[in-house]
Amino acid sequence: MTRALRLLRRRVVGSVFVLLIVVIGSFLLLEAAPGDAVDAYIVSTGGDAGMIELLRHRWGLDQSELTRLANYLWALLHLDLGHSVTFSRPIREIIFERLPTTLILMGSATALSFGLGSALGIYAGARPGSVRDRFLSIGSLALYAVPGFWLGLVLIVIFAVDLRWLPIGGIETIAAGKTGVARVADIAIHLVLPVSALGFIYLALYLRMMRAGMAEAWRQDFILAARARGLPRRRIVFAHVARNALLPLVTMLGLQSAQMLGGSVVIESVFAVPGLGRLAQEAVAGRDTPLLLGIILVSAVLVVVINLLVDLAYAVLDPRVGAGEASA
Amino acid sequence: MSELTISRRGLLAGSALLLASTALPTIGLAQTPKKGGRLIVAADSEPRNLNPAIVASNGVFFISSKIVETLAEAAFDGKEGLQPRLALSWERAADGLSVTFKLRDGVKWHDGKPFTSADVAFSALQIWKPLQNLGRTVFKDLEAVDTPDDLTAIFKFAKPTPFQLIRNALPALSSVVPKHLYEVGKIEENPANNAPVGTGPFKFAEYKAGQYYRLTRNDAYWGKDEPYLDEIVYQVLPDRTSAAAALEAEEIQLAAFSAVPLADLDRISKVPGLKVITKGYEGLTYQLVVEINHRRKELADLKVRQAIAHAIDKDFVVKTIFLGYAATATGPVPKNDPQFYTADVPTYPFDIAKANALLDEAGYKRADDGKRFALKLLPAPYFNETKQFGDYLRQALAAIGIDAEIVNNDSAAHIKAVYTDHAFDLAVGPPVFRGDPAISTTILVQSGIPDGVPFSNQGGYKNAELDALIAKASETLDTAARTELYKEFQKKVAADLPLINVAEWSFISVARETVGNIANNPRWAVSNWADTYLAG
Repeated sequence: MTRALRLLRRRVVGSVFVLLIVVIGSFLLLEAAPGDAVDAYIVSTGGDAGMIELLRHRWGLDQSELTRLANYLWALLHLDLGHSVTFSRPIREIIFERLPTTLILMGSATALSFGLGSALGIYAGARPGSVRDRFLSIGSLALYAVPGFWLGLVLIVIFAVDLRWLPIGGIETIAAGKTGVARVADIAIHLVLPVSALGFIYLALYLRMMRAGMAEAWRQDFILAARARGLPRRRIVFAHVARNALLPLVTMLGLQSAQMLGGSVVIESVFAVPGLGRLAQEAVAGRDTPLLLGIILVSAVLVVVINLLVDLAYAVLDPRVGAGEASA
Repeated sequence: MSELTISRRGLLAGSALLLASTALPTIGLAQTPKKGGRLIVAADSEPRNLNPAIVASNGVFFISSKIVETLAEAAFDGKEGLQPRLALSWERAADGLSVTFKLRDGVKWHDGKPFTSADVAFSALQIWKPLQNLGRTVFKDLEAVDTPDDLTAIFKFAKPTPFQLIRNALPALSSVVPKHLYEVGKIEENPANNAPVGTGPFKFAEYKAGQYYRLTRNDAYWGKDEPYLDEIVYQVLPDRTSAAAALEAEEIQLAAFSAVPLADLDRISKVPGLKVITKGYEGLTYQLVVEINHRRKELADLKVRQAIAHAIDKDFVVKTIFLGYAATATGPVPKNDPQFYTADVPTYPFDIAKANALLDEAGYKRADDGKRFALKLLPAPYFNETKQFGDYLRQALAAIGIDAEIVNNDSAAHIKAVYTDHAFDLAVGPPVFRGDPAISTTILVQSGIPDGVPFSNQGGYKNAELDALIAKASETLDTAARTELYKEFQKKVAADLPLINVAEWSFISVARETVGNIANNPRWAVSNWADTYLAG
């Protein structure tokens, strides 16, 4: 297990720098966008010059960019994410209120796309070039080409408006006061459509990767050897071909987690799910720099952690990983 | 990618048009009001501050007007277009220096404390005048509020203030909040700003960020047998397409403020059980205007502005962009305003040949490529219709040899570009008409406004004659004389074209047929809904 620990230590040290760069970069990018939080606010209220000046002063926007960045980083050092001007609440509170929703949505969607994608990939890759392989490849590619919001809307029209099997949006029945198992079931029902919309799009990636990896593996000498030894086909497919093709999928899983966060912005809006993605969109529209930085930071930590887990999983799946450092 | 969800209604602040409509709208079926039930309404934004005394905007009123009441509300058939709320009567002194309000007796705050004139005095002096986005203008000369007894509040002004303006401002600007909760600590940071306490028919119950607001019935409400509903729930639906779907799926019962896009109305009106209602927004009229940067030498020329006005086919705009749910405009006051509107102004019928001739006369001949000059055009992003009109205007200008380049921004960037940086030649804006020119349309014409004030004249237009007219009207006490001055104002604006008024529009509600008493006043969506009910 020391192998895993070494990996962990190296990653954590590296991550701190990554996060610092992410924070400063995002700050500068958002500052470069025209208009500030007061400009975004007065869109909905109007107001005279005195009121605008008052707001800029109260929200600390009359300070220089450098001062604000320094203040932000100093507060961050004390694990303080600051105060949101668009919500007039502490940012930590806002983010942690929404984080679980996004995690459930992302986690379920990832599980769906990874699970179903690799399963179908194995099914297709077991006989590369067969009819079922071609059918699945084309079908998944078509899904991949569909924009997320459109797929979401189509699902809403069919399953929520016409058939009325599922709710059209939200994370749970509003103001219903459900608790315990009833609430869990309620949330699960509300998640079916958004998870499908988000998951189906990325399904193609895993399917095609698995299939390509397997097609490649079939040509390897050790497969020929396994066949020569007379192993049953089923065993060859699962234990030899699929296992070898699985490694790049695990890498993909890590990379995909970041993408999934991006995709959830759209899906959360279409399905009115109160998650981080929608919050990020509101933060940008409201030019709420500290809130957006907070979301980016939390997301970055999330991606780093997921990738760390992926690395650890990799180390378990492939004994060669990390072994080289033992002598160093 | 769904569009950024800046609230359509939120954009512009509250209005108080007083429409002396001849007939009450007869909406809905002949149902008898029924008690009880939960009304679920679509909400497209979550205001950061729910205190209508500080933020007088439709986005805030949509929720808060059910909780916090004003001194008076707009009415189709009341005296001076008003109906009493917390005030029973309002009387001005002949010198224009004071207005006396008699207040309603026996009204209680949601926490049980009695409502008195002290609350009115506190709200006016500590909130409306110094903090409120619109009150800062209307109540700028308010010096004191005398409270000889619990039910009398006398507003004292340092300078004579037109009574007409005060009356017109009442429905939007006079939200009364409880003194006993606000006198401690900073008003801007008071927790009641996010969980308002008022005297209204509904109490604030709960807010789940990103999901819903819930209001419950105020059993101690002063209105007899009111309210009918037990609960109002505002479900947050950020995506524009979802409100229509939610109505069809019977998950919500009402979508106000055109939450259902115009393009969907035709289809949705055919869905059994749903009704489309165009009434109830007469006091919330938006104006589609072309804002002009007079710093551009070509645009400083009246002939060029006239040419642009002649190049716009207003009927086409109303029919194609607004699908008929709008009216063409003649000047800076909308046609549906009962007090100030005059049709007696110079007009600019759609005439390409004349527009071309005017541009030739002005000395901007077509170059070999057929173009006269190029412009930057910034359509405001808040409404679909302003964006679509931007596309239309580009084509209309191309027909007269003006090459307009469209610059798209999000809301914050648009506000900065137009009103602070003046980085535009033409802009498309949707200012709101608030029932009195002193608190709406004049600000788009008047000079000397500091940079950065949104929805104001930032085009560098300066006309001493118009400035004098606006100043005179703001201190003219006689209602008839004041109205005359604003008619003069309309004529001068239409003649000199500091901006071009294209169309006027209001919002549309879609509701289930079971929802009763919809649209029974000119500001219905932002009124208190005490008599709204659910049948069957």
